[in-house]
Amino acid sequence: MSNLIKLTNGTASIVENEWTLIQLPASQAEQRVQAGKVVLFKLTGEQTVTPEQIAATEIPATGKIILPLTVFITKKDVLGSRIDIGSTGIWLDTHETLESLISAVGDINKLPIIAIHVERFADGRIFSLGTLLRTRYGYKNELRAIGDVLRDQLFFLKRSGFTSFEIRADRSAEDALASLNDFSQPYQGAADEPRPVFQRYNRIA
Amino acid sequence: MYKYDEIDQRIVDERVAQYRDQTRRFLAGELSEDEFRPLRLQNGLYIQRYAPMLRIAVPYGMLSSKQLHKLGDIASKYDKAYGHFSTRQNLQLNWPKLEDTPDILAELATVEMHAIQTSGNCIRNITTDQFAGVAPDEVIDPRAMAEVLRQWSTFHPEFALLPRKFKIAVSGTKVDRAVIQGHDIGLEFYRDTQNKVAIKVWVGGGMGRTPILGLVIREHLEWQHALTYCEAIVRVYNLHGRRDNMYKARIKILVKALGIDEFRNQVDAEWAHLKDTPNTITEAELARVSKHFEDMPYETLPAHDASFDAALSSNTAFAAWVKRCVHPHKTAGYRAITLSLKPHGKAPGDASSEQMHVVADLAEQYSFGELRVSHEQNLILADVKLGDLFALWEKARANGLATPNIGLLTDIICCPGGDFCSLANAKSIPIAQAIQMQFDNLDYLHDIGDIELNISGCMNACGHHHVGHIGILGVDKDSAEFYQVSIGGKQGNDASLGSVIGPSFAAEEMPGVIQKLIDVYIKERTPEERFIDTVRRLGVAPFKAHVYAKEELAA
Repeated sequence: MSNLIKLTNGTASIVENEWTLIQLPASQAEQRVQAGKVVLFKLTGEQTVTPEQIAATEIPATGKIILPLTVFITKKDVLGSRIDIGSTGIWLDTHETLESLISAVGDINKLPIIAIHVERFADGRIFSLGTLLRTRYGYKNELRAIGDVLRDQLFFLKRSGFTSFEIRADRSAEDALASLNDFSQPYQGAADEPRPVFQRYNRIA
Repeated sequence: MYKYDEIDQRIVDERVAQYRDQTRRFLAGELSEDEFRPLRLQNGLYIQRYAPMLRIAVPYGMLSSKQLHKLGDIASKYDKAYGHFSTRQNLQLNWPKLEDTPDILAELATVEMHAIQTSGNCIRNITTDQFAGVAPDEVIDPRAMAEVLRQWSTFHPEFALLPRKFKIAVSGTKVDRAVIQGHDIGLEFYRDTQNKVAIKVWVGGGMGRTPILGLVIREHLEWQHALTYCEAIVRVYNLHGRRDNMYKARIKILVKALGIDEFRNQVDAEWAHLKDTPNTITEAELARVSKHFEDMPYETLPAHDASFDAALSSNTAFAAWVKRCVHPHKTAGYRAITLSLKPHGKAPGDASSEQMHVVADLAEQYSFGELRVSHEQNLILADVKLGDLFALWEKARANGLATPNIGLLTDIICCPGGDFCSLANAKSIPIAQAIQMQFDNLDYLHDIGDIELNISGCMNACGHHHVGHIGILGVDKDSAEFYQVSIGGKQGNDASLGSVIGPSFAAEEMPGVIQKLIDVYIKERTPEERFIDTVRRLGVAPFKAHVYAKEELAA
């Protein structure tokens, strides 16, 4: 049973997942955990991906795949034609920067799907990343939330520009569907509807 | 005050339904404690020492009589018939049942109230000056913008799960009464050289474990851009604030790490993209909201009232109350008054259900059916006729609401502390009560004059101890409750953080310690000096010397 919710023209439904998420193999090296992300030093994030991990990442020969950003950056020349035929997407962690994604792909609308992985549902960086992809970088294709994705964040994810949601495996996507419509007339403009309520509704009664 | 339209009402109604279902799922075991925590917190529900605590939002401190009656009813029906007004101008219930909270929220929604974002890592209740709209020194009434900000921040999807809590204060006076520099963002409204409404934006202030006063990030911002500029600030914070250590996660830590100039550069780079996007406030929207904050239908009154003057000269108790609890008003013949929630020996900021009903009735009768909550944890009737003051005072006095101690030593700001709060290291209410009883002499209190004493039961600083002229902080010393004392803190335009005077004290020593600090002040003050002025002139040394004198002799 699929746990993937997808919005199509504003309507949500549970659909089969046609993408294979490619994971990095577990690192043999001790993972370096950075203390947060103080931009002053341009720390790249909590977990350092080693060249060995990237080299050891198994990529199936055919099919639709979503690659980790680090793997994509290293292997994009090898993948060439698979990117062009729209069968390769990218996923990134919340501590990875959109700038590195943009510089790796150039035209991001060549990507049929971008996924953002949230390790803990309480990590709200995912909302800013989604918002920026839609509003700053003009990304138009599927934007998927993966990882610790729970129904009580779905409304915010939708408003931040996400169009598909892979609900955590131990939770019901069926139940989660309802939460996409928790609020019918939100106050502020956001990625899904840029106009705030005072721009889209005549409030002067 | 602001009245909901169908949009506002639908949002709080939908919130009740959403929260009811979240609570149901938690009680059914479908949501783990970790998953439910941020959900309940964003609805103001803490799990405390003995019971849950529910924090009800009072946006920028404004309440109607009808709302206060409802709060009184809710406190009777679901709690122990009292509530606690907090330093964020909210109302806290100390003993509700978790399973009752959806019903409480449903009742609140019937009077246009809620508990949205009163806790959790999100944008919290926006606070302001309790005399907004009536203060003679006000340049801009900030309440309409506070409401615009409230709506913008309510369920803002991008900022739903920030690294840490986020507090915004607005002010429209030259003399700051909203602790603008003690907030994550402080918006100071003024008129620029073209006489247009502009905002001076402060960022990175905060109390808590690491108290820091905010810095100016922008001297001049046109009001239309308030939301998009705040979005730029909060976005930089959301992306780059630390998430690995909750004690270093506030925006103040990021601002300090980057330096204000680099932080400003990053915000400006974001804002270059956000400026003039649809969240820019329109004239029409500000006008719509401002309509709710127009002047009350004041009568044309003379500046003096003979009955008031007569009562003032013949009744010394009334005169003492007028001196401390009655404040100037921009309209001739009107005054703002403070109903003290600091009677000596009671928990500061607490009001019984009965008192809530009394205050609601007084507001209805004397002040156009509205009142405010101050961040000093008192209640304000903002629009009272001079000629009504005596009658109002008699009724307030009969209900324990007229202690003439506003701005005096016993008008203590105090968090709930270890009696209720599971975060606290020490109790704070008994300390406040003991100090109030030590100084339970009104003539003496008036002689000591203006002074602010703030107590927090832990370093989270809900009692704003850093900016108290005297600040008391509960600390844990080998599992015993001790109290660290600081002096020289101050709120306002010339805000400062207090300096710790030395080793901490046991609870029973505290009244004596405060007495010694006051003794030094009385001895050293010049005729015009307030306590804080003497501390600033002399420094900590003479106070410290006197307070610790005995121990040194014994040693």
